[in-house]
Amino acid sequence: MQRTYELMFIVRPDMPEEEQERLISTLESSVSGAGGTVKNVERMGKRRMAYVVRRFQDGIYVLMILEAPGNVVREVERRLRVTEPVIKFMTVRVDEEQKRLAKVKALRQARARKPAPAAAPEAAASEEQPAATV
Amino acid sequence: MADEQQTSSTGGAPAQSRGPGDRGGRGPGGGGRDAGRKYFRRKKVCKFCVEKIDSVDYKDTRLLGQFVAESGKIVPRRLTGVCTPHQRRLTAAIKQARNIALLPFSGRH
Repeated sequence: MQRTYELMFIVRPDMPEEEQERLISTLESSVSGAGGTVKNVERMGKRRMAYVVRRFQDGIYVLMILEAPGNVVREVERRLRVTEPVIKFMTVRVDEEQKRLAKVKALRQARARKPAPAAAPEAAASEEQPAATV
Repeated sequence: MADEQQTSSTGGAPAQSRGPGDRGGRGPGGGGRDAGRKYFRRKKVCKFCVEKIDSVDYKDTRLLGQFVAESGKIVPRRLTGVCTPHQRRLTAAIKQARNIALLPFSGRH
């Protein structure tokens, strides 16, 4: 079952550029090797963290968008846990939310296309309801 | 456009009906036009409904920061006027952002 996940992780701020690239490429290859795909990698750069993590005030944020089954995520998380320079990571499943957004968007477009006939019966229905309860 | 009219009409009706009884309790968003009191409170509206923000993303710290107090606490609905469905999503997003150190758990460390 292919699902979409957002994987965000923070590496220590003193990690050299080439080592970051190496870490990202090993993660990518482990994802694609296990039957998933990496949609996008966004390097958000160094930024101040809201609190101190392992005595670091800053961290280099990286965001990866994966399309993979759940067991791949488990493997990637295990890998991140044992990688010493990674100080924090979080995976969020986003496909359900995207599905909901698409639905809301479609509904809004349908309503914008012909507002008058859609609004009239709804208004009539909402007026009828309180009358029926009283 | 149609739903805006609807929400204003449906939001107005219960506020008016509960107006007289609720005034002593100083309910949120109370104080209608007919109040005639010193405490005239403007009806708060949900920022997410007005600006049509459907998704509340944990990465959007600028947006989430508006709903977090100085101490790091999530500001309650009764102060911000956010509607229940959006407050639920907002709360989840703030908690996610805290976990990845984008927002603080508590003010200053």
